[in-house]
Amino acid sequence: MIADLLIQGVQMALVLLLAPLLTGFTRKAKARLLMRRGPPLLQPYRDLWRLLRKEAVLADNASWLFRVIPYLVFAATWVAAALIPTFATGLTFSWTADLIAIVALLGSARFFLALAAMDIGTSFGGIGASREMMIATLAEPAMLLTVFTLALVAGSTQLSTVAAFMSSGTVGLRVSLGMAMVALIMVAIAENARIPVDNPATHLELTMVHEAMVLEYSGRHLAMIELAAMLKLLLYMSLIACVFTPWSLAPTGSGVRAYLAGGVLYVGKLAVGGFLLVLFETSIAKMRVFRVPDFLGAALMLSLLGALLLFVSRSL
Amino acid sequence: MMSALAALLFCVAALLALAVLAVALSRTKLATPLVYGATLLIATTIAIIAAMALTGGATAPTGLTLPLGLPWIGARFRLDALAAFFLVVIGLGAAITSLYALGYGRHETSPHRVLPFLPAFIAGMSLVVLADDAFSFLISWEFMSLASWALVMAHHHDADNTRAGYIYLVMASFGTLALLLAFGLISGPEGNYTFDAIRAAPHSPTSMALTLALMLIGAGSKAGLAPLHVWLPLAHPAAPSHVSALMSGIMTKVAVYGFVRVVFDLLGPAQWWMSAPVLLLGGLTAVLGILHALMETDLKRVLAYSTIENIGVVFVSLGLALAFQANGIGWAAALAFTAALFHVLNHSLFKSLLFFGAGAVLTATGERDMERLGGLIHAMPRTSLTFLVGCVAISALPPFNGFVSEWLMFQTILQSPNLPQWGLKILVPAIGGLLALAAALAAACFVRAFGITFLGRPRSVAAQTAREVDRFMIAAMVVLALLCLGAGIVPGLVIDAISPAARMVLHAVMPEQASVPWLSIIPISEGRSSYNGLLVFAFIALSASLSAYVIHRVASRALRRGPAWGCGFAATGAATQYSASGFAQPIRRVFGPMVLRARIRVKMPPPGDTAPARFDLELHDRVWNALYEPIAGAIGAATESLNQLQFLTIRRYLSLVFMSLIALLLVLALWS
Repeated sequence: MIADLLIQGVQMALVLLLAPLLTGFTRKAKARLLMRRGPPLLQPYRDLWRLLRKEAVLADNASWLFRVIPYLVFAATWVAAALIPTFATGLTFSWTADLIAIVALLGSARFFLALAAMDIGTSFGGIGASREMMIATLAEPAMLLTVFTLALVAGSTQLSTVAAFMSSGTVGLRVSLGMAMVALIMVAIAENARIPVDNPATHLELTMVHEAMVLEYSGRHLAMIELAAMLKLLLYMSLIACVFTPWSLAPTGSGVRAYLAGGVLYVGKLAVGGFLLVLFETSIAKMRVFRVPDFLGAALMLSLLGALLLFVSRSL
Repeated sequence: MMSALAALLFCVAALLALAVLAVALSRTKLATPLVYGATLLIATTIAIIAAMALTGGATAPTGLTLPLGLPWIGARFRLDALAAFFLVVIGLGAAITSLYALGYGRHETSPHRVLPFLPAFIAGMSLVVLADDAFSFLISWEFMSLASWALVMAHHHDADNTRAGYIYLVMASFGTLALLLAFGLISGPEGNYTFDAIRAAPHSPTSMALTLALMLIGAGSKAGLAPLHVWLPLAHPAAPSHVSALMSGIMTKVAVYGFVRVVFDLLGPAQWWMSAPVLLLGGLTAVLGILHALMETDLKRVLAYSTIENIGVVFVSLGLALAFQANGIGWAAALAFTAALFHVLNHSLFKSLLFFGAGAVLTATGERDMERLGGLIHAMPRTSLTFLVGCVAISALPPFNGFVSEWLMFQTILQSPNLPQWGLKILVPAIGGLLALAAALAAACFVRAFGITFLGRPRSVAAQTAREVDRFMIAAMVVLALLCLGAGIVPGLVIDAISPAARMVLHAVMPEQASVPWLSIIPISEGRSSYNGLLVFAFIALSASLSAYVIHRVASRALRRGPAWGCGFAATGAATQYSASGFAQPIRRVFGPMVLRARIRVKMPPPGDTAPARFDLELHDRVWNALYEPIAGAIGAATESLNQLQFLTIRRYLSLVFMSLIALLLVLALWS
């Protein structure tokens, strides 16, 4: 019991500590691919710390909701990230919320962030919120249908059980899982505001979605939002890693060495995932906003097809 | 000691007496607090008695025949678990509505058009649920429809309201006609119209199919199921806001009750093909309803369209329950049925809450149009907080109640590969996709509804000078918000309370949730899925407050107010904010051309002309254009041509009579 709680605690701390590092790594790798030197790996930590210590500037007509939302968004994302197996299955609280609930937790975070964007009443906030919700209306069903596929294969929506089942070796190659993986990656790209859907580095107003929403935030509030965004990137990568590359997840009750090995391999997986992400980003151009529905529509269709195949035959 | 049923009927009689009293009193000053206070008391009694009957273990249904209605026959009433569950929903909703109306009713300009009908309306809904024969059911149903029609027409000076009332009346009569035919069909040639006799009689597949179709028309039109939903977004918003809450939150549930009573209870063992039309109509209704809600700018119409969505969601789970029940998979049927009833309760809570919020906004500003609202969170902090809770709950976000019923539905859908029929195997995942799409669109819809109405800067003087509403209205909204949270964090209690109804209808129940540690819910088995709303709530609250505390202690707590940044373009007028229709534009662009036949016309004046450019947007309800306009047109053309008969000479009239006599005799001669 105490060991389980310890693992859960380590997991919560680990995701929080690794998230800025992952973002730093992707920025560095992207800069290197573009033949630039890039910021140091630890720059995101410094940025966060600097933001945290600055005074927060609020717009004159900002409401109490605007001040509460950064913490809510951060908390919802953190709770979701803490429930995704990173280096070990059998997290103590994994029964609290299954995959569907994790999707909904991320939905809550997005809901509140969109509200925060509309609080000040500038046109940028509105454009960001409106586009974010448009993207979400397609990304969320695609994500849920992917969850259906995983749940049907593993016979459970419990993420720990799904990961344990995936690593058991009885799964094999399946068409439906392939489709689910592609759909999930497309959703992850859209949800994390990456190229080609959105550009995390842009400050050209009319092309941004996520950045437009958080435009009015500053100081500690901005730090919380940034940290939540970093956590979300880590969350999606851990999710894809734990479902589709579940090797090295330490099962319940294994020794310290298994946990250590799981941890090291997890960091390795993140590095590979981050590198693949920036490789993809540097080799593709950003889409117009109204091409995004086509992109996400494809993800939706893929995930629907994957789920449909499993309804027709359990072995596909 | 009176039986629970007798006590309930006594309450109904008290409501009817109150309605009569209200007619006499309605022009006095005392009438409003008196009538609503008494309704509050009686409705609370109904809810408490029904809740005790539901959970108190008095599982044996009790029947009672009253010497009313047709002579020598009497009217039969019965209280069983299903009726008790719906009575809890009705009683709870009516009680909180009365509490709200204690404040809201004071602003009513013509109380004599509202006060007598509200208790009558509540009495009608309760009687529908208690009726135990087709005759009393239909009488109560019609009574309920007419009472609500009178309430829709309360502000009949507005031409829109008159039109809404007219369409509502036509649709309600049409629906009752379908119900009449349905009951005629299942009563059989001997006319065994008591529910017991109908239950005992065997039903042929043809009559089952016809009954299902008629119930989908009759109960479906009242509930707002597509394609018979068109009256709902007109009629529900036309009534005073607390009546809108009753109609949207409660009356649609009475329609769901009618459907469940006939299709699940009276028709006997379900057939699998019965589930397909229910699933399909439910899924399409859900997506269609929420897309229309996203396009509306009238706050109350947004809510009315969202009711249509939620009814679709309820019917989807009822369809799943039918499918599982027909295939003998009782535990999955119980899961689907519980999800449906859970959602019925949830929707009655948060939809009432949202309509109350809209009513509060209307009281404070006199506006329903979102394009003229904004920034109300500063002037109306309590209303906006409760409205926010309603928005989060209806968008199916944890830890509130809407998420739990949605979650149970998804768990049911994941069980449907167990169904043996190929048609269902293909249909169910597609319906699951539609449900997921509807949930995501609902989140967008309520971000828009809350964001445009309460956030940003005021878009009109009325919104700028708004004041918080009185304490009765606030109290009602706070109670509902707490109930939304409560049902979300301890859903196991609700599931256990529903299980007597599921046992009665399906002879199967979900596993008992009270014994699950930590108040989690486990719908099937521990390894498959579980959810703990309480812990999710606690985790979020804890980590949010902990991070806020740590940051304020360790890092910085300094705060400065300044003008908005807006990339340097701030300090412009409030009109530069996103409008409600602007917010919906991306979604309209994605779904509009297909579903809504959106058409946009931009008229640019030629260069040199100083006339303003115009932007016109046209949206069509496809159902209205394809189904109703041809029918209305045909009826119009027929009456037009028959109208000539009014202006004939006496000679022609005589020859007309003579000719029809000949024709009738001819028919008679050929017949025999």
